[in-house]
Amino acid sequence: MKEIVFISGKGGTGKTSITAAMSYLLGGNCILADCDVDAADMHLVTRPQAILSEIFFSGVEAKINTSLCSSCARCFQICRFHAINAGGTGFSVDPLSCEGCGYCFHICPEQAISLPERKVGIFQISQTRFDNILVHAELDIGAENSGKLVTKVKKEARKLAEKEKINIILVDGSPGIGCPVISSLAGAGYVVMVTEPSRSAFHDLQRVHILLSKFGLPAGCIINKCDLNEKISSEIKDFLVSREIALLAEIPFSRSFSDAMIAGKTIMETDAENIILKINNSWDIILKQISGEDT
Amino acid sequence: MKIAFSTTGLEMNSPIDPRFGRSEYFIILDEKDNSKQIIDNSAITSVAHGAGPRTAQKIIEAGVGVLITGNGPGNNAARVLNTSGVRILVGAGGMTVDEAYRAYKDNKLKQF
Amino acid sequence: MIIAIASGKGGTGKTTLAVNLSAFLAEKRKVILADLDVEEPNSGIFLKGRQVHSEKICRMIPEWIERTCIMCGKCQELCRFNAVLKIPDRIMLFPELCHSCFACSELCPTSSLPMHGETGGILYHSIISKKLQLVDSHLEIGQVSAVPLISATISYLKGIAASDDLLIFDSPPGTSCPMLEVTKSAEHVILVTEPTPFGFHDLKLAIKTMEKLDKSFSIVLNQAGDEFDSTIIEFCHSANYRIIACIPYMRRAAELYSAGRLLYQEIPVIREALSVIANNLQLA
Ligand code: SF4
Ligand code: SF4
Repeated sequence: MKEIVFISGKGGTGKTSITAAMSYLLGGNCILADCDVDAADMHLVTRPQAILSEIFFSGVEAKINTSLCSSCARCFQICRFHAINAGGTGFSVDPLSCEGCGYCFHICPEQAISLPERKVGIFQISQTRFDNILVHAELDIGAENSGKLVTKVKKEARKLAEKEKINIILVDGSPGIGCPVISSLAGAGYVVMVTEPSRSAFHDLQRVHILLSKFGLPAGCIINKCDLNEKISSEIKDFLVSREIALLAEIPFSRSFSDAMIAGKTIMETDAENIILKINNSWDIILKQISGEDT
Repeated sequence: MKIAFSTTGLEMNSPIDPRFGRSEYFIILDEKDNSKQIIDNSAITSVAHGAGPRTAQKIIEAGVGVLITGNGPGNNAARVLNTSGVRILVGAGGMTVDEAYRAYKDNKLKQF
Repeated sequence: MIIAIASGKGGTGKTTLAVNLSAFLAEKRKVILADLDVEEPNSGIFLKGRQVHSEKICRMIPEWIERTCIMCGKCQELCRFNAVLKIPDRIMLFPELCHSCFACSELCPTSSLPMHGETGGILYHSIISKKLQLVDSHLEIGQVSAVPLISATISYLKGIAASDDLLIFDSPPGTSCPMLEVTKSAEHVILVTEPTPFGFHDLKLAIKTMEKLDKSFSIVLNQAGDEFDSTIIEFCHSANYRIIACIPYMRRAAELYSAGRLLYQEIPVIREALSVIANNLQLA
């Protein structure tokens, strides 16, 4: 089983659109895992029907039992996050500010504080209209992505792949370069970096690459909107050559991506033949590279 | 020498889990008497951040000398493993535990 | 006066709007632009100036004093973020995982974990033009939380801002803690969106967030000129959300952006849109 992870660092490079296009291409031969839970947009194109939905918990949140509270204000004094409100009606916790560190719980002399688990979102398994299964999650407002959630999404995807004897998992990776990305990359068989020729995206590409090389993961790169800035595009290509990263495709800037999205379709379902060809072609390269790895 | 393998199952023919910190099981092979011990690390799925160092802690507490895994631990976990001089070998992703052990014996695994 | 510019997702043109609006307004009045998207602070690419100040922003983390420690392990039990680990012969600390809650430090029976400052990021303050200043903070790679750096940068801004300065905050994308931290302190929030289903979906999340915070907000539709515009416009109309400007889609804008140039100086339509925003929010 191979996990192919799509990452971009910076948002807006078209990573999700390209992942969705690949999933269209593979249909029932792949499982989709959406780890970009901060902006879990995959479902807008794949229009999934939920098969399973469950509440997801992560970390804890302090709660004060006012009937036990003696208003000693110890919690108020020690909380570094200013999450304790000392209002007229007694002490309470502001859930948006609480970090869930539990200090107040340990220090409360009346044992009036408990640490119930924090609901952070909804975890879902769905069937997409391309005949593949999508594992995804939607975070609540103010909730943060974590290695835990990403790992859960990937674990369920892997379980399903095993059960259904499917060899490919496409993972829409988390943005940025923090803990969730590292979790998205853990166990990856191949990484597709989606970038665009802007200073900031190139900068991110380099940072993401540092992570990849640390884990020794094979990778390829798609340069989206490649004609927006020829100069940076060629700098990116030089970078790829020097790091021995395969250039999977250079996709010219095109309205077709957003037109397709507006129609609720992937790029593969439009008449943008030029781009479709390039996506098909990149998949062939990926396939060659991962099967080369296997032997 | 005790050798730890990150794995997805409990048998010698179980696949190596290429991940370290969030690997659910470790098989520990004691070369002294060929005995096998399992570390159940599945509680790690409930850890939001910092899974790597926690897992590394378990490995060193078990007195492991060599760790065999796929992609290798992150920085924090590596720091913990280094404190007790655990040798880290990577590149066993895609193998079974048995195969990885043989690859180790044949010196075919990469030093992390 | 503080205006924050935010968006539910990355890539909608939030930074573009922030730098262009700031530079445009600074033709007439004093503006401080603060790039608080500390994980990706890109404003400096568009606005070049003379650096007048830089400082390391510290956050507090514990330090282990071996001499007094009795290896009771209480610190590991207390830390909910796995930032403290007790291994056979020592206590190990993982600064990137620490949330600076002080629990281990203040509850250690032998006071063996005093807190000390550690660099979590760097703040730069530059003069771009006579009326425009830029403050951008950069999070160190490997730091888990952007929030402490953001709040320290906001305190710095409050220190340097004169009463007639307009502060424009470029917020991190998304609707998680860093975005809340930035928008919380603003008087008004501009949500930038684009007319695509992704943009629309993320706009709805951003709106929910603003309502939860009870913030005054308005919407700028960027890269407009599509049949999908009407979906967003109708949605906003029916719910009484204010769209203060529509910036048309232009390939030229994307090119200038990737070259790191300001748009309004070269594209009159964008200058026009900025002045509409300024009038609508009475910023001029
Ligand atoms: S709580 Fe203090 S004394 Fe106990 S192990 Fe931790 S540092 Fe040492
Ligand atoms: S200050 Fe809080 S978060 Fe940091 S190490 Fe101590 S207990 Fe953990």
